[in-house]
Amino acid sequence: MNEPMLFLPLIALFPFAGFLLNGLFGSRLPKAIVSTIALLFPLLSFAVVARAAWMVHGGMLLPVAESGAPTWIAVGGFHVGFQFVLDQLSLVMLLVVTGVGFLIHLYSVGYMEHEQGYWRYFAYLNLFLFFMTVLVLAGNYLLMFVGWEGVGLASYLLIGFYIDRKSAGDAGKKAFVVNRVGDFGFLIGMFLLIANFGTLNFHRIGTQLAGHPAISGATATLICLCLILGATGKSAQIPLYIWLPDAMEGPTPVSALIHAATMVTAGVYMIARTHALFDLSPTAMMVVAVVGTATAFFAATVAMVQTDIKRVLAYSTISQLGYMFLGCGVGAYSAAVFHLMTHAFFKALLFLAAGSVIHGLSGEQDMRRMGGLRKAMPVTFWTMTAAVLAISGFFPFAGFFSKDAILAAAFQHGTLGKALWTVGLITALLTSFYMFRLWYLTFLGESRGAAHQDGHGDGHAAHAHESPWIMLLPLVVLALLSVTGGWIGIERFAGFLEPVTGQAAMVDAGHTELFLSVLAVLVAALGWFLAHLFFGRDGEAAAQAAQSLAPIRRLLQGKYWIDEIYTALIVRPVQWLARFVLGWLGEWTLVRGSAWLMSGVVGLSGELLRRWQSGNLRSYAAWLAAGAAALLLFALAGTLLGLNGFADSIHWAVR
Amino acid sequence: MNTPVPADWYLLLSAALFTMGVIGFLSKRSLITVFMSIELMLNAVNLSFVTFAHEWHAVKGQIFVFFVMMVAAAEAAVGLAIIIAIFRVRGTLTVDQIDRMKL
Repeated sequence: MNEPMLFLPLIALFPFAGFLLNGLFGSRLPKAIVSTIALLFPLLSFAVVARAAWMVHGGMLLPVAESGAPTWIAVGGFHVGFQFVLDQLSLVMLLVVTGVGFLIHLYSVGYMEHEQGYWRYFAYLNLFLFFMTVLVLAGNYLLMFVGWEGVGLASYLLIGFYIDRKSAGDAGKKAFVVNRVGDFGFLIGMFLLIANFGTLNFHRIGTQLAGHPAISGATATLICLCLILGATGKSAQIPLYIWLPDAMEGPTPVSALIHAATMVTAGVYMIARTHALFDLSPTAMMVVAVVGTATAFFAATVAMVQTDIKRVLAYSTISQLGYMFLGCGVGAYSAAVFHLMTHAFFKALLFLAAGSVIHGLSGEQDMRRMGGLRKAMPVTFWTMTAAVLAISGFFPFAGFFSKDAILAAAFQHGTLGKALWTVGLITALLTSFYMFRLWYLTFLGESRGAAHQDGHGDGHAAHAHESPWIMLLPLVVLALLSVTGGWIGIERFAGFLEPVTGQAAMVDAGHTELFLSVLAVLVAALGWFLAHLFFGRDGEAAAQAAQSLAPIRRLLQGKYWIDEIYTALIVRPVQWLARFVLGWLGEWTLVRGSAWLMSGVVGLSGELLRRWQSGNLRSYAAWLAAGAAALLLFALAGTLLGLNGFADSIHWAVR
Repeated sequence: MNTPVPADWYLLLSAALFTMGVIGFLSKRSLITVFMSIELMLNAVNLSFVTFAHEWHAVKGQIFVFFVMMVAAAEAAVGLAIIIAIFRVRGTLTVDQIDRMKL
């Protein structure tokens, strides 16, 4: 049986070609050609993935590893190749990445139409897609790390896309530096893997683990903790989540693609990919679960009081990623990946719809100045509604199925699991509350643009306009996916992923699960009801509640002052140290010191040698005589002391 | 008195001549005298060459002496020409005053 041709490298190389074309020539091409290039290559990439999916559907066996992959590193027995592997997990990821990625490219054509640096934007976007597909397809940790770093780079470039805004540049730097902290963990984890297994290949590590189940728990825990640090950086979990809210400085489609649907899920993907290791270490699993739950709750509380529409969504993303971590932590990897997929649909939709709102209001992001947009932007309103219902977890929208699967798995995970489930359920309530708050503030009620007059005329809502079809089309497609994405059901989804993620410890009793599901929907409805109470009518209730809970509100609005605490505890000392090291040690001691030393030595020796070269004949004569005398003495001493070799050569010369 | 003069005596004479040459080379102020001292040293070496050639019945030493004399003749021609040129430009041959290292 010959191996089916899947052309896996093409999936990554198509976007890269798009990046090269637009990056090199884009500035000289008209916009139409730039957007054609930018759309064509992701579409081709998606076509290759879809073809592979079709072949899998037709009964092709997975995993498929490309044969004849070029070698990257070969040192002794250690071998790393540019090997791409397609299995069930990476297929799901690829469908999401290239599919949602293409839709967002399409949307961007409309959204970025009037922006400077149109070609630059699409070049970066294609570059991101290249690295993301490399990350997903990689057959070993090192190649995955290439993609991992690459998406970080693309994320940095796109967050700082508005190069004339200092805050954007700062946000990009923050994202990059915080991610470096996580990457450090990933790197150490890889070194430990090499030391313990002698390979970085996922498959071989899996085989070795299966062959020797007694690999010491402490080692596994250590490796896992390092990898978790990497995952918390990329997937914006406590303690490294702080970069994601600031990343909203980038264009909105970027937030949708990178900071909601794809890149930030890389951490979850990595944990699911290496679950064989995590299964060996209950401690590490517990850390994942607790970190995820804490992040979910924490971010949801902050999201309740944000006023910037994109920041609400950013904190919501962090919170949802926390759910995925919880899923991984209780061993329900397939549920986590399921949520990853549905979240990619509805969160991309939320961001794109928010982008549509911002676009329609000519750049307004403050929800306090929105309101009443339902009439002006009907398509955006209805698609956004679908997304809000999905993320809140209403039956039968996509978010219900995946969130329910995670919570059910947590509930069945012992005492700790019960506690985590409780927190997760409260978080679901908060999620529903802040999403409907956003919904009410943005679309319902009266336009409040006029109420906050501060110099630039009447409200935006008065002349708000619906976005062009090229932006609405992705919204509609994603809305359909947000509604139907969960209908495949966790059982079938888990069954599909089972060869990769292993047997899910799932669901014994129908009654318990039904009870949990009903409870989840009730909680979501309660959240809606609360939001309706506070924001549905006039906002009086909200103001009163805010008054009575002022301290808590201040705490939340300050985002628990985590940024300030990090600044004081870490950033300042590091800056101080850097100033000391660079300024005092580097600049003054090493650079200037060595320069002074060298010039001093040269000058001084020149001064001394200058006196020697006096031009006085008799002093030259004296030196000549002295030199001859010294040689003579040297020879004599050699002969007398019987230094044989030297004496022999003297004798030879004499003879 | 037919006893030959021992070789040591020739060598001592050679060493004495050489030392005188060195001292003159170092201490004399006139360029001509310095030049003469160099000739003196060369001939002191020549003397020791001839001595050893006679002592060990080796003809090599005598050939060396011819070479040295030849080189010394060439050196004398060039050296005296230089001295005359210096005297024309500077009007002096005092060694201490010729310290510019150029004409």
